[in-house]
Amino acid sequence: MRTLVIAETVAGAVAKASMHCIAAAQNLATPIDVLILTDAAVDATGLQNLQGVEKIFTGVQANFAHAIAEELVPTITSHAKNYTHVIFPATSFGKNLAGRLGAVLDVQPITDVIKIMSGDTFMRPIYAGNAMATVQSADAIKVLSIRPTNFPMPQSGGAGAAVMEVIVTAATERKPKFVRAELSSSARPDLGAARIVISGGRGLGSAENFKLIERIADQLGAAIGASRAAVDAGFVPNDYQVGQTGKIVAPELYIAVGISGAIQHVAGMKDSKIIVAINKDAEAPIFNIADFGLVGDLFALLPELSAAIAGVKSA
Amino acid sequence: MPILVPIKRVIDYNVRIRVKPDGSGVETQNVKMSINPFDEIAVEEAVRLREKNHTDAVVAVTIGPAVAQDVLRNALALGADRAIHVVHDGETQPLGVAKTLAALVAREPSYNLIIMGKQAIDDDFNQTGQMLAQLLRWPMATFASKLEWQDDGIHVTREIDGGLQTLALNLPAVVTTDLRLNTPRFASLPNIMKAKSKPLQTMTPAELGVDLTPRLKTLRVEEPAKRSAGIKVDSVKTLVEKLQQAGVL
Ligand SMILES: Cc1cc2nc3c(=O)[nH]c(=O)nc-3n(C[C@H](O)[C@H](O)[C@H](O)COP(=O)(O)OP(=O)(O)OC[C@H]3O[C@@H](n4cnc5c(N)ncnc54)[C@H](O)[C@@H]3O)c2cc1C
Ligand SMILES: Nc1ncnc2c1ncn2[C@@H]1O[C@H](COP(=O)(O)O)[C@@H](O)[C@H]1O
Repeated sequence: MRTLVIAETVAGAVAKASMHCIAAAQNLATPIDVLILTDAAVDATGLQNLQGVEKIFTGVQANFAHAIAEELVPTITSHAKNYTHVIFPATSFGKNLAGRLGAVLDVQPITDVIKIMSGDTFMRPIYAGNAMATVQSADAIKVLSIRPTNFPMPQSGGAGAAVMEVIVTAATERKPKFVRAELSSSARPDLGAARIVISGGRGLGSAENFKLIERIADQLGAAIGASRAAVDAGFVPNDYQVGQTGKIVAPELYIAVGISGAIQHVAGMKDSKIIVAINKDAEAPIFNIADFGLVGDLFALLPELSAAIAGVKSA
Repeated sequence: MPILVPIKRVIDYNVRIRVKPDGSGVETQNVKMSINPFDEIAVEEAVRLREKNHTDAVVAVTIGPAVAQDVLRNALALGADRAIHVVHDGETQPLGVAKTLAALVAREPSYNLIIMGKQAIDDDFNQTGQMLAQLLRWPMATFASKLEWQDDGIHVTREIDGGLQTLALNLPAVVTTDLRLNTPRFASLPNIMKAKSKPLQTMTPAELGVDLTPRLKTLRVEEPAKRSAGIKVDSVKTLVEKLQQAGVL
């Protein structure tokens, strides 16, 4: 048994989601290799002393830019064949690759794994997290994507992994051409990794009103999230969406403002440690899962909250 | 050249699902079933492309039990021209579905675009489109929020974790839909009536030479851990105190 972690990189570094993948691999108690395919060198020294990590393969190629699946999969495939488990993060990067790899290897990927029960048995949410399925795979290679929020950071204490260059397999598939990217740039922490998240919904009413949320986010060093309704209405960009079909978050504190609490939204945040809801409708379903609910008009309550936080921070 | 739109019949997104007490699965008896919302978006997109004469036919296909015919009629009422029902009882998983769809394309190679949902809201796999693209060796653009027809193919804007990415694809290609691609129309009564006489072809997995046996065995389905309901606080001041006590502020 041997596990290959396919690492995602962000801005020249291994993404935090991939660190959680290594933690998941440590659960399997197999030797772990990591594969990093990028268009510019990545500093992998932080991985070398992680428990169980033996080899770190890096491949740097111009066509690995933008993580286009058709470019990456041939190289991933030629490596994956030597492993019993291949782990991706359940991110837009990992979702694209896991499916293609599964089809090449003729295995059914197991996506969104939240718990590893054994080498062949895994727990994953279905129906927007309203049920948990334990599934067993008889495929020779287990292709998994794991939910980063359900795994800790990896243990250190490794023997010092070797870093080596991969042999790249050229892509023979027909492939898309990159046209452009419009990436959100923000000084705020990443939504998936933030300690505090404050999210706004349709109740905010406009993009302009999101300033009320931004101010508190800046005070708390929080990331900003949103409901689908707020994204659809154009208040905030698409990558703010939290939920079944958006991002999954599990911060220490999640503050939902003007969000009703539809199951699709709740699917993305109900594992948060503490949930606060601010909503003018005392019957809103969000209050059923909130640790602390505040009923009232957000336009009055948010400025008050901001002032109170300023008081706490200066005390 | 026709567009193929695979659709799945799932429990309606408004239904609060119930886990069966014996842990064998989720109750689907006497529950409202609908077309998977992402697949409805896929049908709408394909129909718009036909309305702009970029294609001559929209073909909806489902792999499912006899009752799944209703979602095909629904797709026909939304504007699909004909439908294919691959009759199969029991669970489907992405690999089997992708193989079935690839077999359909092998039979009718004129398809030059497949538009499908990014995710079925029952199993939440988010895999079938990617697997199909690989089996066909076609380029793919997943999580599409915009599709533009160009002389030499399509430009697709994708919703990715960091924002948006636009890719150019030559046809044939696979596209999977995200929520913001379009807002599906409502089927009008005349169109619902018309749908009843549109062609619907049935076939079996055996005829297509595919095996739909699930690769993953479901050992158990259970309720998620419940969050205990919290309290309502009467003021911002109390809220901040509580959060301080909890150590998060
Ligand atoms: C296939 C599918 C996938 C989906 N995926 C997601 C997803 O990933 N994430 C997601 O979020 N949704 C998702 N949805 C949508 C989801 O079903 C809900 O429609 C959405 O979450 C509602 O957003 P909302 O709570 O902001 O809006 P609403 O439900 O309209 O709620 C607005 C809330 O704001 C409150 N409010 C209004 N004004 C004020 C005020 N002045 N002060 C205080 N409170 C106020 C109201 O009382 C209300 O509770 C999905 C839907 C489908 C069909
Ligand atoms: N049984 C099925 N019949 C037809 N299409 C399906 C079926 N299952 C999945 N699909 C298609 O594949 C997409 C993704 O499903 P999944 O990979 O299961 O999340 C769906 O949105 C459908 O377009």
